Amino acid sequence: MKRLGVALLLVAASAAAQDRRKSGTEFMSESTRAMQRDDTQNPAMLWVANGGALWQAKAGKAGKSCAACHGDVAGMRGVASRYPAFDPSAGRVVTLGERINLCRTGKQQAAAFAPESEGLLGLEAHVALQSRGLPLAPPADAATRAAAARGQALYGQRIGQLNLSCAQCHDDSWGRKLAGATIPQAHANAYPIYRLEWQGMGSLQRRLRNCMSGVRAQVPPLGAQELVDLEAWLALRAQGMALETPGVRP
Amino acid sequence: MTARALIHMPASAKAGEIVEIRALIAHPMESGYRPGADGKPVPQDVIRGFTCTYEGEPVFAAELHPAIAANPYLAFFIRASVTGTLEFTWRGDNGFAQTERKTLTVSP
Repeated sequence: MKRLGVALLLVAASAAAQDRRKSGTEFMSESTRAMQRDDTQNPAMLWVANGGALWQAKAGKAGKSCAACHGDVAGMRGVASRYPAFDPSAGRVVTLGERINLCRTGKQQAAAFAPESEGLLGLEAHVALQSRGLPLAPPADAATRAAAARGQALYGQRIGQLNLSCAQCHDDSWGRKLAGATIPQAHANAYPIYRLEWQGMGSLQRRLRNCMSGVRAQVPPLGAQELVDLEAWLALRAQGMALETPGVRP
Repeated sequence: MTARALIHMPASAKAGEIVEIRALIAHPMESGYRPGADGKPVPQDVIRGFTCTYEGEPVFAAELHPAIAANPYLAFFIRASVTGTLEFTWRGDNGFAQTERKTLTVSP
């Protein structure tokens, strides 16, 4: 019996040792954490409210709203936590934002939202909010895993004049300072985020492009395959961590 | 020109109770000191003042300045006295004005 107890303790200890992943929230100051935790303080809720209005608004030639097909937005629980994912109609791996735009152009017959537009970020945040607290669960189909594998290679690849890879900062040096800011572990479990530095909302791709220009590399355009692949890898890397959207970051 | 504003407060309170009110409004609070994409300064566009009236009587006011971040958030307390309407008004540059109303039901 005693031996079994020791064995169980060892199992528990090794599980804790395995998962040393920390959400970006844990690297923030207490005041910023409070801002994210409390929906009445979180400025991202302004975007969520806009997204709620768009969810109900009829759009396009079809004159349909999101709600006309999907019903109440609460039914979208568990959707945001599985993106990016392979989409059969598009024939490729798409992000949640791209999926929303596929609905726009396909079902609603309306113009697609511009990347990083207020409307798209609002709808994304509104849909993602429904999955808050759920573990990230990227799908295991071959196409999504292939995108994640390409993303993993990009994550480890040195780029730019500074010749740095994502892994060098976010795997090897997390917790240390970079220009006064703490380097987090780069788990994308709170996007889209309200960033205090931006004084507004932004997508994961905006954040990725920030890092790329930071190391003085060539920055791919929004929606580029490399960025989607990186997103797919980050989702797999953060698999099982709770979705926090809408996040607040310094 | 209306912006999205979120006001959080209880719908009802007991007479004499202290009630917290939280008001968040979407606004760029452009300081006037930043260069735009073309290198020229972006004209100033800030909310100048916020007032809250309770049944027509001012109970809270704030002055806002260019150093205040975008989407300003204000939290303050009032003492519930009578059932009535709270009126929240933001005023700023370029004729920006927005008013929101909430009702507070007060039980004795």
